[in-house]
Amino acid sequence: MGERIQDKGQKSPGAGKAVATRDAYGEALLSLGKKRDDVVVLDADLSGSTKTIKFAKAFPGRFFNLGIAEQDMIGTAGGLALTGKLPFASTFAIFETGRAWEQVRQTICYSNLNVKLVSTHAGITVGEDGASHQALEDIALMRVLPNMTVIVPADGRETEQVINTIAEFPGPVYVRLGRAKVPVVVPEDYLFRIGMAHTFHVGRDANIIATGIMVSHALDARKMLESDGLDVGVINVSTIKPLDEAALLGAAEASGLIVTAEEHSIIGGLGSAVCEFLSEKRPVTIKRIGVKDTFGRSGKPDDLMKLYGLTAEEIVKTVKTSL
Amino acid sequence: MSEATMLTKDMNLLSQHAKDMRREILKMLTESGSGHTGGSLSAADILTALFFYKMRHRPDDPSWRERDRFVLSKGHAAPLLYAALALSGYIDRGLLKTLRSIDSPLQGHPSSKMLKGVEVSTGSLGQGLSISNGIALGLRMDGIPSRVYCLLGDGELQEGQVWEAAMSAAHYGLDNLCAIVDNNGLQIDGFCCDVMSIEPVTEKWKGFGWNVIDIDGHNMGAITSALDDAEKAKGRPTVIVARTVKGKGVSFFEGRAEYHGLAPTREELERALKELR
Repeated sequence: MGERIQDKGQKSPGAGKAVATRDAYGEALLSLGKKRDDVVVLDADLSGSTKTIKFAKAFPGRFFNLGIAEQDMIGTAGGLALTGKLPFASTFAIFETGRAWEQVRQTICYSNLNVKLVSTHAGITVGEDGASHQALEDIALMRVLPNMTVIVPADGRETEQVINTIAEFPGPVYVRLGRAKVPVVVPEDYLFRIGMAHTFHVGRDANIIATGIMVSHALDARKMLESDGLDVGVINVSTIKPLDEAALLGAAEASGLIVTAEEHSIIGGLGSAVCEFLSEKRPVTIKRIGVKDTFGRSGKPDDLMKLYGLTAEEIVKTVKTSL
Repeated sequence: MSEATMLTKDMNLLSQHAKDMRREILKMLTESGSGHTGGSLSAADILTALFFYKMRHRPDDPSWRERDRFVLSKGHAAPLLYAALALSGYIDRGLLKTLRSIDSPLQGHPSSKMLKGVEVSTGSLGQGLSISNGIALGLRMDGIPSRVYCLLGDGELQEGQVWEAAMSAAHYGLDNLCAIVDNNGLQIDGFCCDVMSIEPVTEKWKGFGWNVIDIDGHNMGAITSALDDAEKAKGRPTVIVARTVKGKGVSFFEGRAEYHGLAPTREELERALKELR
C-alpha cells in the first residue's frame, strides 16, 4: 500500500477518510443485509479479501462459500436469483470475469438474471501478487456482454452508493473494486445514478475522462495544468456501460482534446468505449491512458502506477504534448 | 392442463406419452432440418416420467412459486423439452413446427426469455447443475417444499464445472435436488469411452457424496420408482444414472453417434413414425 495514495485523501480539504473500495463494499453489504433479507452473498474462498466476510459473520444463513470454484459460484448465484433472491457474488476480478466469463455470459446475461457481480482486486494496484492476479481486461470482458451494466466506483463514498443503487436495479451488474486505499474524490452531496457521469468541471483546453482510481489522478493533473494556465476538465465516468453520452458530447464540444484514464488495458475499457462513441458522434482527438497491452508485475501499488504511466504527471504530459 | 388431470400412475399411459413425445421430436426436427435427434430420443422416457408422473407443475401457471423445477443442463435436447412443454400444455403443439426458425421462440437451445416453461437458458454444457443447486438453496431458505430436477448428458460430465457443482450440492446437503444422467454412451465424436472416458460413473458420484440410483432409463417402472426413491433420501442429493440408448425408439437411429446432431430426412421420418405407432 503506497503512502501517497493513502495520504492524499486526508490532505484534500473536505474529503473523507481514504478507504479501499473493497472495504466500503464490505460495510455497504452488511448494512444492505440488515435492510433486506432477500440479499444473499456468495464467495469463492476469498471472503476475507473481498470483505464479504462481514456479511458472512452477521448472516451465516445467507452466505454461501463455494470454495475455489468460480464457475460454480456464478451458476449458483443464477439459481438463487431464479428463486427471487438478490445474490451478490464476489471474488477477485480476474477470476470472476475471466475464469467464469462464459458462465456469466450464458447463465447470467443470456437469461438476464438479477445477479450482482462485485469483484475486488482489479487493476495493478493489487500490487505484490503480480500479473496473475491483476485484472487489466475485466472491463472489456464485461462490457461486451448484452444485458450487462458495468460500474467502476472512484472511491469508498461512491462505492457505498453504487451498492445501494444496484440493489434496486433489476438485471446483471458488474462492479469493479480495488484492493488499495483511495482518497475520497466525489463531493459530500454526490448522488450516484446508473449511467450518469459526474462532471467536476468542463475544460476549454482539454477534458480528462477518468474512472476508478484514476479520477483522483485526473483531479491532481487538472490542478497542475491550471497552474500552467490551462483549463482542463475532469469527468468521473463511473458507469462505463451504459455510457453517459450527453456528458461525453459536452466534453467533446467544449474542447478538441479528450484524455481517457483508467487502471485497465487501453484495449476494450473506458478509452475504447469513449472512442467508439465519440468517433461516431463527434470526432475529436482522443488520447488513452491505461496499461498498454501488457501484463502487470509485482511491486508496490504506487511504484506500479508510476511504472505503467498511471499518474497525474503522465496525464499532464499527455495533455501538453497533444495540445 | 391442470396439475391434477395431467399426472398419472398408469404405466401404459406413460408409455403412450413417451411415444407421442418421440413422434413430436422427430416431426419438429424434420421440419426444421437441423437439431439434435439422438440425445432427445434417449431421454424421452425420463422426461415423460418427470412431466406426467412426478413433477408438481402447472402448465397454465408456469411461474407458480411451489412448482417443481426442471433444468435441462443438456440444452441441445431442446426438442425433447419443447415436446414435453407442448404435450403438457405450456405451449401449443402447432408451435413445434417453428423450431429453429427466425421468428420462433423455440430456439436451437432453450431460451427462458423467449419461451414460458423454460426455467433458465441453457446450451453451453456443464452449467445446469450449478444453477439447480442455487435454485435448491433458494427454495430451502424459503421453506418451499418443491424439488429440483436437472437432466445432464453423460458426455457433459466431462465438463469440470459439473464436478464443482457435484461437490457443492453434497456440501450443502441438497436433498431437494435430483440430478439425472442420460447415460447414452455417445457424444458427437463417438463413444464417450473412446473420446474421454467418464467411467466409473456411479462411483464418481458416490465419491462426491451423492445418493446414486442406477437404472434402465427406458423402463418406465424403474424410472418412476427411482424418482420416488430419490425423494426419500435425506441429507444429500440424489443422482439417477439412467442407462439409455441414443436415438431410442427408432431402430435405425439407435446407438449411432452421427445422429447426435442430425435431423431426420422426410423419408426417415416416415419410417420412424411407422415404428412409433
